[in-house]
Amino acid sequence: MADNRPLSPHLGIYRWQITMTMSILHRATGVALAVGSIALVWWLVAAGIGPDAFDTVHRFLSSGFGQFLLIGWTFSLFYHLCNGVRHLAWDAGWGFQIKTFYITGYAVWVVALALTAGTLWVAYSGGAA
Amino acid sequence: MSFRTPLGQVTGLGSARSGTSHWWGQRVSALGLIPLTLWFAGSVLQLSRADYVTVIVWLHTPWVAVLLSLFLVTLLYHAYLGVQVVIEDYVHTEWLKIASLLVIKFTCILLGAAGVFTALRVAFGA
Repeated sequence: MADNRPLSPHLGIYRWQITMTMSILHRATGVALAVGSIALVWWLVAAGIGPDAFDTVHRFLSSGFGQFLLIGWTFSLFYHLCNGVRHLAWDAGWGFQIKTFYITGYAVWVVALALTAGTLWVAYSGGAA
Repeated sequence: MSFRTPLGQVTGLGSARSGTSHWWGQRVSALGLIPLTLWFAGSVLQLSRADYVTVIVWLHTPWVAVLLSLFLVTLLYHAYLGVQVVIEDYVHTEWLKIASLLVIKFTCILLGAAGVFTALRVAFGA
């Protein structure tokens, strides 16, 4: 953009609403997952190369930073999945009433956090797999 | 396949881009990814405690190789469509936008090729 024409204010003045937060979070988790697909392919290719390469990936993912990434990707996956279903419902024409918008929004948070918590519990406690 | 009417194709007016196919592609891949992702996440969760041999045995299973390949390709296709709109929304310098889109597209294709090749090679191998 070469021009310097003034823009009307947006982020600076709009009242925060959960609707806009969920929308940008859907985009952010999508991008995060896209980056995560690199790690996914790396893991798979390493398994194909041999035990040493696989061990390298495993050690990285077991590190503090690796665990941070995995937890982040876990939540990103479940949030993006649940909100994605909400998006598909909108595409089919359902759920545009203000009240429904908010109810489905809260439901996405509850289900996504529950799935994340459940996954982390299974992963870290060696629970009922 | 073109979604334009014959009259639309002849006059050449209207939208210059193929937005509808992008919209559909994103939704269809999303639908396919729901079961594929749940399957993959559940599998990987069980494999998180497994050793290397167990992972290889899992990859040797024929239907695993098929589903894994489908999951990877659908995921990367869906991811590319998504990242494409993100870049188009925020990058306004034309050459940088085109370059970014190309880099992302080629990366997705490379990742998909490497992933599917590995899945098949391990499944067919010893």
